[in-house]
Amino acid sequence: MNTVIFRTIAPALTALMVLFSLFVLLRGHNEPGGGFIGGLIAASAMALYGISSGVQAVRRALYFHPITMAGFGVLLAAASGIPSYINQVPFLSGIWWKLPLGNGQYFDLSTPMIFDIGVWFVVVGAITAIMLTLEEAD
Amino acid sequence: MEFYLAILVGLIFAASTYMLLSRSVIRLVLGVALLGNAVNLLIFTVGRVTRHIPPIIPLDLQGELTGIANPLPQALILTAIVIGFAIFSFILVLAYRAYESLGTDNSDEMRVAEPKKTELTKLTY
Amino acid sequence: MLLAVLSGFILAMFAPSLKHFFGYRAGWLLAILPAAIFVYFLSQYDQVMANKAIFEYHPWIPSIGINLTFYLDGISLLFALLISGIGTFIMIYAGGYLKGHVHLGRFYAFMLMFMASMLGVVLSSNLMALFVFWELTSVTSFLLIGFDHLRKAARRAALQALIVTGFGGLAMLAGFVILSASTGTFEMVDLLQYGNAIKDMDLYFVVLILILLGAFTKSAQFPFHFWLPNAMEAPTPVSAYLHSATMVKAGIYLMMRMYPILGDTVEWSIILGAFGGFTLLAGVFIAIRQTDLKLMLAYTTMASLGLLTMLLGAGGEGAIEGAVLYLLAHSLFKGGLFMVAGTIYHEAGTLDITKLGGLWAKMPITFVAAMLAALSMGGILPLVGFVAKESLYHALISGDPLALILLVVAIIGNAFMFAIGFAVALKPMLGKIGDTPKAAQEGSIMLWLGPLTLGLCGLAAGFGITYLGQSIIHNAISSIGNANAGTNLHLWAGFNTPLMLSLLTMALGAIIYMLFDRMRNFADAVLNWIGWGPDKGFDQFMAGLLYLSQIVTNRLQTGQLRSYLRSTFILLALVIWLPMIAYDAFPTIDFGALTIPTFSEAGILTVAVIGLYAILVARSRLTSIVSLGVVGFAVAMLFMLFGAPDLSYTQFMVETLSVVILALVMTRLHLDKADQKTGLEAVVATVVAVAVGSGLTLLLLKVMETQLDMKLSDFFIKFSATLAHGHNIVNVILVDFRALDTLGEISVVMTTGVVILALINLRPKGQNKAKNKPENASENAPKNAPKTLEESGQ
Repeated sequence: MNTVIFRTIAPALTALMVLFSLFVLLRGHNEPGGGFIGGLIAASAMALYGISSGVQAVRRALYFHPITMAGFGVLLAAASGIPSYINQVPFLSGIWWKLPLGNGQYFDLSTPMIFDIGVWFVVVGAITAIMLTLEEAD
Repeated sequence: MEFYLAILVGLIFAASTYMLLSRSVIRLVLGVALLGNAVNLLIFTVGRVTRHIPPIIPLDLQGELTGIANPLPQALILTAIVIGFAIFSFILVLAYRAYESLGTDNSDEMRVAEPKKTELTKLTY
Repeated sequence: MLLAVLSGFILAMFAPSLKHFFGYRAGWLLAILPAAIFVYFLSQYDQVMANKAIFEYHPWIPSIGINLTFYLDGISLLFALLISGIGTFIMIYAGGYLKGHVHLGRFYAFMLMFMASMLGVVLSSNLMALFVFWELTSVTSFLLIGFDHLRKAARRAALQALIVTGFGGLAMLAGFVILSASTGTFEMVDLLQYGNAIKDMDLYFVVLILILLGAFTKSAQFPFHFWLPNAMEAPTPVSAYLHSATMVKAGIYLMMRMYPILGDTVEWSIILGAFGGFTLLAGVFIAIRQTDLKLMLAYTTMASLGLLTMLLGAGGEGAIEGAVLYLLAHSLFKGGLFMVAGTIYHEAGTLDITKLGGLWAKMPITFVAAMLAALSMGGILPLVGFVAKESLYHALISGDPLALILLVVAIIGNAFMFAIGFAVALKPMLGKIGDTPKAAQEGSIMLWLGPLTLGLCGLAAGFGITYLGQSIIHNAISSIGNANAGTNLHLWAGFNTPLMLSLLTMALGAIIYMLFDRMRNFADAVLNWIGWGPDKGFDQFMAGLLYLSQIVTNRLQTGQLRSYLRSTFILLALVIWLPMIAYDAFPTIDFGALTIPTFSEAGILTVAVIGLYAILVARSRLTSIVSLGVVGFAVAMLFMLFGAPDLSYTQFMVETLSVVILALVMTRLHLDKADQKTGLEAVVATVVAVAVGSGLTLLLLKVMETQLDMKLSDFFIKFSATLAHGHNIVNVILVDFRALDTLGEISVVMTTGVVILALINLRPKGQNKAKNKPENASENAPKNAPKTLEESGQ
């Protein structure tokens, strides 16, 4: 398994998987997908990278400690409830904004989306942290 | 179809119970993993199953939407899967650390908290 | 009135700091509170006289009828005045007695808390509030008895008092609950209106026994008396206040209170008469054996409480009158005598009556106080004790046989108390100067003010008995029973039968006093011959309890995870199966109507079953990991087939990651080749597993026969697109409708990550590697720890 071929293509595969996980994350509101699934895909990408190139490489690539990412995710998800406080609706009620893109089209920004991104960070962060720690535990 | 699923749920529960009654910690961990699957499937089955139609509303929907799978148990199970995985990793690592510290994977021999020989204490005030 | 009750708790918070600033003189300052409460209750006197009672309501838990309701009538007023009045002098006395003690501040705090609780007991109308205050007196008594907590005897005495009175308190609570369940009210005020209805209840006898258990334990009736003498381990102010004047009277108070509600039946008379009378005789008999002043007093207190119980048992207006008078007299003289004993101990350094003597010249004021108290205890003209004794004799000369027996018991008891009272007061004072550890001298004003005042009160009460009889005593008696009693009390009632009996008592008492040492030897011999008492019994009971609990614990807590799990699963199986069998609620399966699974469905089901079987019989790590993965993937496929793509993807990813993590950990763990179950264990495990599995299948099928409530699902389906602008309903539920739940769930996931990191990274040094394990573990340790997945398949 730990062959030259594997080690060569693993980084590229990892990049693809992370990209795919972002795609799954963002389409989740209307199609199968979402933060949990996307996060799991990204976490498996990290596991793949870790097996091929070693724990240190993953840590370098992530830059932040994975558990920090998980913490950030919880914070982000909780913070997506703040606009509902300003709008005086129950905590974590979905709020939607239409941001004009200039060419007559609009970008739909919403608090559920921010929340979902938070979920993604938590899943990626926590699971990657667990796996990296186990891999270097010896 | 629910009938077959119910039988499968029972089988997974039985297997999981059997594993949980082992001495070996690692079998216990496997039993817990199975238990998670069994419970998820149980919730899924109780929510009734339909073939093939996911709970996704077509973009060009006109009128009422009928015949789709029940979304509520799915939402419950989705988080349960992820949390179950987290807990599974936790007890796995716990078992590993217990093995490291106590030098055994036999749960009968893990007796730090409840030592085997306890002297009866005398009454004092 | 609320403030009057609770102010003690409030001041208790500041008592230590007051002591810090003023030293032992804080006693004077803290005495202001009881004095103020005394004055407050005195000022309520007119109103109580006019309206018969004051009622005050403060909501506490109104929904279940538990409120802080206070009820001030004659008997409560008498008790409140005694508690606050004696409390005032005790506060001062304690300052002198414990002068220089490190924890005097703490002592004051406990005393004030006790006083407040005791006031709560006698003023509460709500039975639940009464119970709470009642237990608070037990707790403060525990703290005060164990005040000198470095001594084992004090700790034992404190625990004993707490267990005995706490047991009684719980019995009382049960009685209260039954009482209120039958009548629908917790309020004493309402219960008093019921009249004889409660006595005719089916459960009357149960209620009576339960409530009397509370009263008997608190008021030290045989066979629960043993905690009281042991409680003499407490500093003397505590003995004087709690264990003679007030707390032990709580039981008497309760019996007086319950007299109109439960009293004056055959059961009541027999139980109270028998236990009270026996307690009286046992008390004086053991008292005479003692050489320790405080213990002699403690046993006579027990005897006096027996006398009071006996009188309440006899019932009738005269007996109640005697009881109320004797209660007043006893609180005054016994509190005083205890303080005298404490002063003697403080000054002479011993309480041994055989060593003390000739102190009268050195401690003249204390001597006067002691004499006043002893005269009252002996029932000698013109002190209030005399009137009390006359009154109770008068009540018992009614001619019926029960009263006659009680009269004889009372005379014998009183004769002994006469002798013991004078022995306590005179022996240390008269005679030749004894050989004491300290050279005695008169105590400070703080020490003699209390006993002297109480003695003088006894004297004044004797002279003013006619006035008292028409006012406060009358009021107290009429709130218990009879409206006309007590109006014609006189210090001197002329030559009549009670006076003759009094003279007889004194003559007997004098003979006992003469033969005191011989009596003591006799009592000593008898009690030694008996050899066993409830005090020893208490120790045996406690040791037995401890032994039993350890046996049970060792049996139940085997320390084997397996046996705990087995019990859990057996219980689970029983919970599922038993109701199903009992109600014959098995699901009906119509095999003909079953849909036939498609080829792919059947295939996946088969794969899942094969996976399960493989896990059960797996002998190597790889097999078990892979088998677990197979089952997981099969479940994921099922999700996919039945319209749950989200679940399916998630399950796929999770199974993949599970396999990775399992592989990472399992390579370092050792999995036994075969299952270690013995034959019998395997059979048991199989039976349990099959029972659980089949039970759950049947339960699931049964549940599916009912209609599924789709309200929630319909709501989500209907509004997902319109309200939340999302078309994937599952995702919308997760991140919008139920986002708060999801937030909680991702917090769990993050926390698990943190915990795992901590488990792995925070290891003690030298434990980082499995190789560094102790010798005995080496056989189980993996021979080498392969690093990558590739090598884990071996």
